[in-house]
Amino acid sequence: MNSTVLLTTLLAAPDSGSQGFDLGKMMAIIIASIFVNNFVLSRFLGICPFLGVSKQLDSAIGMGAAVIFVMTLATLGSWTVYNLLLVPMELTYLSTIAFILIIASLVQLVEMILQKFSPALYRALGIFLPLITTNCAILGVAVLNIDEKYSLGYSLVNAIAAGIGFTFALILMAGLRQKLEMADVPPALKGKPVAFLVAGIMSIAFLGFAGLGG
Amino acid sequence: MSLIKDLTKGIYRENPVFKLVLGMCPFLAVTTSVENALGMGAAATFVLICSNFLVSLFRNIIPSKVRIPCYIVIIATFVTLVDMVMNAYLPDLHKSLGIFIPLIVVNCIILGRAEGYANRHPVLNSIADAVGMGIGFTLAMVILASFRELLGNGTWLNINVLGTAYQNQPLLIAILAPGAFILLCFILGFFNILEKRKGGRQ
Repeated sequence: MNSTVLLTTLLAAPDSGSQGFDLGKMMAIIIASIFVNNFVLSRFLGICPFLGVSKQLDSAIGMGAAVIFVMTLATLGSWTVYNLLLVPMELTYLSTIAFILIIASLVQLVEMILQKFSPALYRALGIFLPLITTNCAILGVAVLNIDEKYSLGYSLVNAIAAGIGFTFALILMAGLRQKLEMADVPPALKGKPVAFLVAGIMSIAFLGFAGLGG
Repeated sequence: MSLIKDLTKGIYRENPVFKLVLGMCPFLAVTTSVENALGMGAAATFVLICSNFLVSLFRNIIPSKVRIPCYIVIIATFVTLVDMVMNAYLPDLHKSLGIFIPLIVVNCIILGRAEGYANRHPVLNSIADAVGMGIGFTLAMVILASFRELLGNGTWLNINVLGTAYQNQPLLIAILAPGAFILLCFILGFFNILEKRKGGRQ
């Protein structure tokens, strides 16, 4: 495979020849992933970190940054392996196993690289990285990109937007939960139950975005 | 005796959803109908039993340093199996569960049982544990799905319960995303009250 062919394969959608880049479609993907189909509040992906790390604003921002970072890298890895390795070799049924291995090794790699070259960033993101392997949002975005038959460009845009949407929901939730500490909550609903209630009300607010992305 | 204990603890006392709050993503996402909940429960239970069996069988062979990747590969293998079988024989269910079939791989309940139970207990106990946890997970999903399907669609397992008059004006929010969060809040609150009552009596 020479480099021109490789480049066209990378930029075009796998199903439709030379689709190239369409700004309108890109904007639609971004709006849809951040607001309309928000990963946490309407697709139910990444609920565990959403509840676990949303007690404080600082850790929410750290977790969000780590998720955006790993999501983008994982999409790059999974898309490349799927379209350049699994599809030509007709091994697409191995995609689930391949993706989870890519994500797990990627997280490990990122952790090692950060520890070596950027100790400050490692201290900030370090504790969140191992948690990310079992974050279903990461595997979710990889599988969704394949299901939607996005080209590499769209996949990366979708991954970044999904990560931003996740971070957005996480930060909003963290802000609300800090206030909730002071609130007078019925004892039976203290802790997790009231967090779900708040998430439900936020989810209603996000329903208002439906129809925005067309 | 301990086998029965392993079997029953997952159903109420250590229910993975209501007590341990694990496996939330599929739990909230697929409970739009009882049918989906049963399908997801069956798929997850099958994967749970198979992975617990293999992990327990190989618990002395797998080096502890690479045990998590090993577990993930074992789980992913069975998930792929379920994915293919469901696609072949139950295509409608496969379509409505969609992305959440491959996502069984990262279901915390399954990895949690492999790491927290199966790698330290004999094969039979691990299978009993997996069956119990699977039933507990399925039961929890069916409870939430019953509320959501009944309120949001007026049906239960596709049987018309509340009549066509209700179906024309259902409480649509129950079947949409917010309904899952809000109903789960009330169910968890109900279990908390139940727990407190029980504690008060003792």
